[in-house]
Amino acid sequence: MLVKNSIPSGSDAKIISESLWRIRLNLLQQAWKNNWQIFTEKKIGLVGLWIIGFFILLAISHPILMAYWSSQELPPEAMMGHNKSLADVYDPIRGLDLRPGKDMMPLSHPAAPSWRHPFGTDPMGRDVLSQIMYSARIEFLFGVFSALLSVFLATLVGAVSAYFGGKIDAFFMRLADLVLTLPFLPFLIFLSSLLTLDLFKLGLVLGLLGGFGGRTIVLKSQALSIKVRPYIEAAKIAGGSHWHIIFRHIIPNILPLSFFYLMLGVTSAVMSEATLSFLGLLQAPISWGLIMNFARSFGYSFYEAWWLYLIPGVTITLFCGSFYLVGRGLDTLVNPKLRKR
Amino acid sequence: MSEVILEVKDLKKWFPVRRRISQLFKGEKSWVRAVDGVSFSIKKGEIFGLIGESGCGKTTTGKLLMKLLESTAGQIIFQGEDVTNLTPEGISRYKREIQMIFQDPYASMNPRFKIRDVLLEPLIIHKLGAGLEERISMATEVLEEVKMTPPIEFLDRYPHMLSGGQRQRVATARTLILSPTFIVADEPVSMIDLSTRAEVLQMMKEVQQDLNLTYLYITHDLSTARYFTDRIAVMYLGKIVEMGSADQIVDNTLHPYSRALIAAVCEPVTGKVNLIKEVPIKGEIPSAANIPAGCRFHPRCIFAKPECWELEEPGLEEAEPGHLVACRRYQEIV
Ligand code: SF4
Repeated sequence: MLVKNSIPSGSDAKIISESLWRIRLNLLQQAWKNNWQIFTEKKIGLVGLWIIGFFILLAISHPILMAYWSSQELPPEAMMGHNKSLADVYDPIRGLDLRPGKDMMPLSHPAAPSWRHPFGTDPMGRDVLSQIMYSARIEFLFGVFSALLSVFLATLVGAVSAYFGGKIDAFFMRLADLVLTLPFLPFLIFLSSLLTLDLFKLGLVLGLLGGFGGRTIVLKSQALSIKVRPYIEAAKIAGGSHWHIIFRHIIPNILPLSFFYLMLGVTSAVMSEATLSFLGLLQAPISWGLIMNFARSFGYSFYEAWWLYLIPGVTITLFCGSFYLVGRGLDTLVNPKLRKR
Repeated sequence: MSEVILEVKDLKKWFPVRRRISQLFKGEKSWVRAVDGVSFSIKKGEIFGLIGESGCGKTTTGKLLMKLLESTAGQIIFQGEDVTNLTPEGISRYKREIQMIFQDPYASMNPRFKIRDVLLEPLIIHKLGAGLEERISMATEVLEEVKMTPPIEFLDRYPHMLSGGQRQRVATARTLILSPTFIVADEPVSMIDLSTRAEVLQMMKEVQQDLNLTYLYITHDLSTARYFTDRIAVMYLGKIVEMGSADQIVDNTLHPYSRALIAAVCEPVTGKVNLIKEVPIKGEIPSAANIPAGCRFHPRCIFAKPECWELEEPGLEEAEPGHLVACRRYQEIV
């Protein structure tokens, strides 16, 4: 820790002139630096981060590629009346490759991976690589939204019910028990029969279920262990209101655990989404699970069109795995007992 | 020196305990009588010691005064005002006047707070000081008061970067920042290295004289209390058994329990360093859920006679001016 010993004790003014947000920023930076060190000690977290980084690149590069493709006009003989530019060929939703192949015959879809379509095409003639890239962005938005919502709720509810206890606590804990005993997939299937589930609604439902479910209980028990620390009493003596204590003392101290659950939340949200998509219960333009769903509903088995199962399957596994790995890397941070020092 | 700042009248804190099924049917309730009718008054500018072994209710008494717990019965009168039942504004005002120093200074600070945040928190809560600059200068002032110099060096440190003694100084500084008149110090030096204890107590005494504060010093350690306090109350199982000036308690001990406490303080006798003194007490402190009938000390008292448990509990009576004792037989056993 750097001590500002270069400043003589008389010149208070210099330190005071530091504005509040700068102090906060410094504090945050310090905390980040320390945590980063502990995080990087375990390699699995870093591996997870690298994979996430790769997916971010994938998601960002898709719109750039689309812009490039739409500037590439095809010669008239390659158009076959429909395709005007490469964008029409590679569009993840409306695309269709009608260009003749080497043998001057149009490609038959689904086409196996080739130079023109590295991940092949789906039964409707759309490029799978383009679909995977396009979906990456959707999965990110969906996973992070749902996980953020659930962790935000779980943290707040956990802290509040730990702090107040009594009836509030009893209510939220019984609610958590109820959510925990809910058969997850059958419930979602039931829900999809009641209303058309789109990604936003599914994110909302998963966020709510996660936020009032098991995570609340874990975060509450963590908050309980904070609640009995003497500094909470000290804050009460200083005259701090209930909300002051919850937001300034309890929540900041359970936040590392919340962050851990944020990572796991992304994993579980994307997994549920993939399952529902595969079962065809989700209204979405395209998603990794839907690629497999199309293959299945058009009657292609793994042996006939392996790329339509293998590639999205591996993608989902990698994506979910990466967040899980980051979560595991955070484990050391969250759980002081695992720390070497 | 004569004005009474805090008066406690028959203060009680009973915690309900889970009942057995048979009790449930009979409608009985069991209680842990942590504080069982405590009365004392503290004069302005005084250091009042509350002494007893762990589990005797001394910390609970402190928490009742801090309004961290609600009392079951009795009154707390602070500067002539009954503060037992206060409106929210009244409590906010009261909490600026009365502050507490904790046993474990490290645990009493949020590990994510810098010293700066620890000191500014009460100011922010009570909306004192205009802007950050004034608040920081108030913080440096109190740090100087507790001899943390130069204060600037400490503002940006985290509690774990300080030594035990420094932490307790910061904890003291935090209580001073609201300029209170009364401070409850709950075992402020028991977690600190022996070598720095005297120094911290000295600092606390200087602060007290400087700012004309009143202390309630809660401890199990008679040796520090003897030098630090003006008056002492000895507590046993939720009741005060002896009360008087520090000199009266130490030099003219009357209650058998106080005698045991004093005997427990090891003061090596010259030439007999290896001698282990026999402490005149039997057994362990009983549970406050099951307080013995009659004199509550009788199962452990080596002077106990049938009258002690057959007759009702002895109250505090004046043995000499300002020296109260709750023992039937104190005159016989001198
Ligand atoms: S009243 Fe009896 S039992 Fe109680 S302290 Fe005095 S001598 Fe001991």
